[in-house]
Amino acid sequence: MEAKVKEIVQRYSGDKSYLVPILQDVQKEFNYLPKDALTAVSANLNVPISRVYEVVTFYKAFSLKPKGRYQLSLCMGTACHVRGAELIARNIEDILGIKEGDTTPDLEFSFETVGCLGACALGPVIVVNGEYHGHMNIAKSTKLLKNLGKKVATDDQD
Amino acid sequence: MVNLTIDNRKIEAEAGRTVLEVARENGIVIPTLCAHESLEPTGSCRLCVVEAKQGKRTRIVTSCLYPVAEGLIVDTKSERVMNVRRLVLQLLMARCPESEQLKAMAEEMGVKPEPRFTPDKDNVKCILCRMCVRTCEKIVGVSAIGFSYRGTEKNVCTPFKEESATCIGCGACAYVCPTGHIEMETTETGDARTIWGRTFKMQTCKVCGRYFAPVDQLAYISKKTGASADDLAVCVSCR
Amino acid sequence: MTKIKSFNELKSVQERLKAGRDPKKPCITICVGTGCLAYGTQKLVDSFREELAKRNLAEKVDFRTTGCHGFCERGPMVVIHPEKVFYQRVGLTDAGEIIDKTILKGEIIDRLLYVDPATGEKVIHEDDVPFYKKQTRLVFGLNSKVDPKSLEDYLAIGGYSALGKALTGMKPEAIIQEVIKANLRGRGGGGFPAGWKWDETRKAHGEPKYVICNADEGDPGAYMDRSLLEGNPHLVLEGMIIGAFAIGSSQGYIYVRNEYPLAVENITLAMNQAREAGLLGENILGTGFSFDVKINRGGGAFVCGESSALFASLEGRAGEPRAKYIHATHKGLYDKPTDLNNVETWANVPFIIEKGADWYASMGTAGSKGTKIFSLVGKINNTGLVEVPMGTTLRKIVFEIGGGIPDGRKFKAIQTGGPSGGCIPEQYLDLPVDFDELTKIGSMMGSGGMIVMDDRNCMVNVAKYFTNFLVNESCGKCVPCREGIRRMRDILVDITEGRGQEGDIELLESIAKGIQDGALCALGNSAPNPVMSTIRYFRDEYIAHIKEKRCPAGVCKELITYSVDAEKCTGCTVCSKVCPTGAASGERKKAHKIDTAKCTKCGACRESCKFDAIIVR
Repeated sequence: MEAKVKEIVQRYSGDKSYLVPILQDVQKEFNYLPKDALTAVSANLNVPISRVYEVVTFYKAFSLKPKGRYQLSLCMGTACHVRGAELIARNIEDILGIKEGDTTPDLEFSFETVGCLGACALGPVIVVNGEYHGHMNIAKSTKLLKNLGKKVATDDQD
Repeated sequence: MVNLTIDNRKIEAEAGRTVLEVARENGIVIPTLCAHESLEPTGSCRLCVVEAKQGKRTRIVTSCLYPVAEGLIVDTKSERVMNVRRLVLQLLMARCPESEQLKAMAEEMGVKPEPRFTPDKDNVKCILCRMCVRTCEKIVGVSAIGFSYRGTEKNVCTPFKEESATCIGCGACAYVCPTGHIEMETTETGDARTIWGRTFKMQTCKVCGRYFAPVDQLAYISKKTGASADDLAVCVSCR
Repeated sequence: MTKIKSFNELKSVQERLKAGRDPKKPCITICVGTGCLAYGTQKLVDSFREELAKRNLAEKVDFRTTGCHGFCERGPMVVIHPEKVFYQRVGLTDAGEIIDKTILKGEIIDRLLYVDPATGEKVIHEDDVPFYKKQTRLVFGLNSKVDPKSLEDYLAIGGYSALGKALTGMKPEAIIQEVIKANLRGRGGGGFPAGWKWDETRKAHGEPKYVICNADEGDPGAYMDRSLLEGNPHLVLEGMIIGAFAIGSSQGYIYVRNEYPLAVENITLAMNQAREAGLLGENILGTGFSFDVKINRGGGAFVCGESSALFASLEGRAGEPRAKYIHATHKGLYDKPTDLNNVETWANVPFIIEKGADWYASMGTAGSKGTKIFSLVGKINNTGLVEVPMGTTLRKIVFEIGGGIPDGRKFKAIQTGGPSGGCIPEQYLDLPVDFDELTKIGSMMGSGGMIVMDDRNCMVNVAKYFTNFLVNESCGKCVPCREGIRRMRDILVDITEGRGQEGDIELLESIAKGIQDGALCALGNSAPNPVMSTIRYFRDEYIAHIKEKRCPAGVCKELITYSVDAEKCTGCTVCSKVCPTGAASGERKKAHKIDTAKCTKCGACRESCKFDAIIVR
C-alpha cells in the first residue's frame, strides 16, 4: 500500500496543492481511504496528518469506510426533489435499514444522496454503480432493491 | 497615514492596519471571541462586525480584517451591527449552554437567550473560534489538532480522534481556549499530564526537582533549536 | 494533428476541413450528453455503428455523436442531415429501421416524430420544433454541429478564428475594451462585468497571474455548464486563452465539479488536442504567447463554487472561504492576481471577439447583454436547456418554450438562482429575465437554474429543502451561517411537522437579517433567500401550517392523511400491491380502504392510482 501511495503522490510531482486529486486517486485504488493510506499520503507529501484528515472529512467525495458492492446514489437536486425524491430516500433508508451516507453491515449496499446529477428530464434518478435508473418512484425504488437481491418486508405478502 | 471616522470621532491611523486595532487603541470597545494578538485574524465569530461606509457604499464588515482607509466612516453600534452581535451570541449560547463566559458576555451586552433555539445537549463548550488550531499550527508548529467535517458537524480533534503522535503536550491550545473546552489534567504528583487523550511524562527540573514540562515538548524544542535535551531540563524559575 | 504555426495556416486548415465536408452527404447525429446517456443511448450509438457497417454504409453515411442539444425531455434524439429530420424518444433498437427507411429510402418514420401538443401536428425538421424555434441558440446551438471529441469538427465550423484574430490583430487592452463594451456579465450568477475583472487583474501587481474557469456548477437543477463542457469544450477553452492573453496570464485552471466525469474526460481530451495543434501551450499559433491549463476536480462541496473557497481547494486545503475585503483580482489563488470566470462566460468570449461588441450588445436588455442558457426543470413538460436573449419573459420560457405544466396542473411558482435565489409567483410571470429584474422581487437569475412548481408543491417544504441543503453544504467557519441556518432549518422542520409556533415567521425574518448581514461569504448571506421569498409570496401557506397544522398542498407528511375516494375507486388493487406496510387494502373490484394506523404516507398509492382515487388532505 505504501508503494502505491508513493506512486500516486509522484504522479503529481509531490505537489502539496494536489492533495485533493491525490486523495481521489488513492480512493479509486482502494475503494475507500484506509487510515494507513492516509498516513502514507501525509508522509510522502509532507503535509501534517491533521490537514489530510481535515480535507478527507470536509469533502463529501471521500469515504473512510469501505463502500458496498452496490453503490446507490439518489439525486436530491431541486428538480428531483419537486418530483418526490425525498419520499424515495426515506423508502430506501427504511428498506436497507441504514441512513443515507452509510453502508449496510453486510457491505452489500451503500446509499448516498447527491446534489443534482444533471439528468433532470429523467428525475427522480438513482445511479447504481454508474448505471442510471430514471423516472423513479417509491414503488420502483423498492423493486430496484429487490432486483439487487435485497429482501423486502412485504415479500411474504405477495 | 489615513484619516477615518469611528463613532463620530476623527482618527488618524497608519494605512494597512485593521479597524479593530485602531479602534481599540483609541479606547473604542468592540467585542471579539476569535481574535488574539498573536494570531492572524480569521473573521469567524463575526462579533466584531461594524458598519463601514466608503464613498457611497455601506457594508457590514468584520473590523478584525477590514483595513482602515482614507475617508472611511465606521459605526460600531448601528442597529444592523447590534442585530448581528445579538444573533451571534444567542446562537453560541444555544450551542454551548454550559459556557459561563458566553453567559457573562451576553449579559454585559444585554442579550437574552432566544427560547426558540433549543440548547444543544452534547455538553460541548467549543465555539469553533479556531484559536487552538491556529496556535498549534502557527505558534507551536506541530499541527497536532485540526478541524474535521464541516457545517454543524465541524469539530476540533486529533486525526481519527485517536492519540496524536505529533502532539507534544505543551497545553498551548488549552491555554488559549476561551471557554475551557479543552481539558488538560495533571496527576497529583505532577509527573504526568493528559490532553487530547494522550498521557505525557513530565520532565523534572535538574535544579529544583519540580515537574515543569512534558518530555516530548522539550524533545521537540531540542530538535528545533539544536539545544541539547540536558540544557533544556531547567524550569523557567530556575533559569 | 500537426502544429498549426500561424493564423494564416489556421485559416487554411479550417478551409480545408470545411471543404472536405460535403453538406449534401447524409449524416446521422445523436446526442450523447450525460442526460441522454442516462436513457441508455450508448446502446443506440453502438447499434447504429453496427447496422451501418452491416450495410456497408460506413463510407457513404457520416455518423457523429454530439453533446447536449437541450431538449432533454425527448431523448434519445437523432437528427438526420442534411434535411435535419428530427427523431425523438428513439428506441434503443430503432437504428436499423432508421437507416433502412429514412437514410436509404427517404421515408419518415411517423412514430418517432415530435407532435406539437398545441396543434396536434407532427414536426419533421429540427428547426421547426417549437422548443428550438422559439429560442436563440447562439452559444448552445453549436453543440449540434460538433463531436466534442473532435478538434477537426470545431475547426471546420470556424473554431479558433476568434483566437487567431485576438492574438494577431488586437492588443490585450483592446480585447478588454471590447469585452467591457459588450457588457458581458458573469454567467455563474454574480453578474459582475467580466471586462472590468479582466482589466483589474491585468493592472494588478504580482506574478504569475492566474485565469480560472469555474465549472463547479453546484446549484441543484442546473446543468448548463456541464453540457457546455461536455458538448463543446473547445469553445470554452478558446475563450479562456483569449482572456489569458488579454490579462497577461500564462497559467490557467479549470475547476470541475467531482460529479461530472464526462465533462472532465472531454475537456482533458480537448486540451491535449489543442496542445498538439499548437493552440494551447508554448508559442500559440506562432505568436510567442504561451498559456497552459491544468484541470482540478472538486471534492464534493457546493461551497467551492465560491471563489475564495475554490482557491482554497486548488491550494490543497478544505474549501473554506475567506473575507473578501481584498478582491481576488489583486490577491486570489496563492495570493496572486486571479481572474475567475464561469464556463458560460468563457463560452461567450469568442463570439464577442469574432463579431464585435456592438453586435453582442444588440441582444438583451440595457443592463444585461447577450443570451443566457437556462435549465428548465421540475414540473414542466419540456424539461431541458433553453437559450434565450436576456430580457425574455418568464412566461415565454415556461409556457411557450417549456410547454407549460404537465398533467394539466396549475403553475404555482418558479424557483430561480438556486439556493441563493427565491421563488417567484404567478403574478410576476411577465417579468423580463435578466440580472437585475429578478433581484428586485426577492430572487435572482443566478446561474440559470429554473425549477417550476405546481399546486402539489408545498412552498414551506421547498424552503425547508433549500435550507437543509445549505446546512449540509455550510463550511462551518462562521457562526451566523453554521449556527443560524440550522436554527432556521429546525424551525422550518417544526412548522412542517405541526410544531410551528406563533411568532415563528417573525423570528425567521429576524434571523434572516442577522445572517444576511453577518455571514462571512455569499453562501451564507444569500442562504435566507429561499425562506424569505416564500414567506413574502406564500405567507398564507406558512400560516396554515402554523395556526391550522394544515398543509394546503398535501405534502408535509405529519399534517396529512391518506384515504380512498370510494366513488372513484375501481378496486384495481394496484395501490395495495405497492403499499409497503399493507395499509392500503381491499378486494378486487371493491372500493379499497387505507388503515391510517399503518399508513406511513410514503405516497406510493397516490403515485400509482390511475383513477385519482387517493385523497390527500
